[in-house]
Amino acid sequence: MTDHELSKEAKDLLKLAIPAAKDTDLRRDLWPQMLRKLDEHPAPARSVPWFDWALAALACAAVLYFPGIIPALLYHL
Amino acid sequence: MDLLERFASGDLEAFEVLFRQHQREVYAWIVRIVRDPGVAEDLTVETFWRIYNHSARFRPGGNFRAWARRIATNAALDHLRHAHADVALPENLPVVPVSDTAVQREAREHIRNAFNTLPAIYRLVATLALVEEESYATIAAAVGISESLVKVRVFRAVRILRKRLSFFAPEVPAK
Repeated sequence: MTDHELSKEAKDLLKLAIPAAKDTDLRRDLWPQMLRKLDEHPAPARSVPWFDWALAALACAAVLYFPGIIPALLYHL
Repeated sequence: MDLLERFASGDLEAFEVLFRQHQREVYAWIVRIVRDPGVAEDLTVETFWRIYNHSARFRPGGNFRAWARRIATNAALDHLRHAHADVALPENLPVVPVSDTAVQREAREHIRNAFNTLPAIYRLVATLALVEEESYATIAAAVGISESLVKVRVFRAVRILRKRLSFFAPEVPAK
């Protein structure tokens, strides 16, 4: 049996058990439900990853302890 | 600033406009996968909640419709994964009527049971490709995989179904 015949056979079998959906219209506006969801589960604050904080701290420490690197940093920015 | 730019910057009013523009289409897509209007409504809201939460990732020049469909497909897939083990395929979605003899009822029950035991991703692609007759390209874009992988998954789903129904197949009546 070819792939095409197999698919056709499976399609017929499946359609016997699970006919194609006929009515897929949305019956009501879901915006009020959406607002409730946003109230109950507000979007999480956009957080800065810990690795970025660690890098920033390292850069600050380097500038404080070795001010001589400031021109080099500015040159590479 | 246009609508999509405002949405990408987190503007709730722009999100509401997009929600109202696309909620019917997103719902129609989801209900064809999960086949339960109540669940599809909840998943439509879940989809837009994810969309709003990830608005910063949306490129204003991008295709909102395709992006929303992909998120909707993921939400439906998550539902199928969790509902897979213990929830039977609901029958309360209006469908094209078919004649209903006792033998056909039994056949349908067997096929439905076998279908429910498929892994969620196979159920999703098989429902869209074989029952809803969506093109492989449309399914591939919605799931975020290649067309050939969709074909492979449909073929594997069919193979598993055939195997599970092999003892029953000779008795399945013609349509």
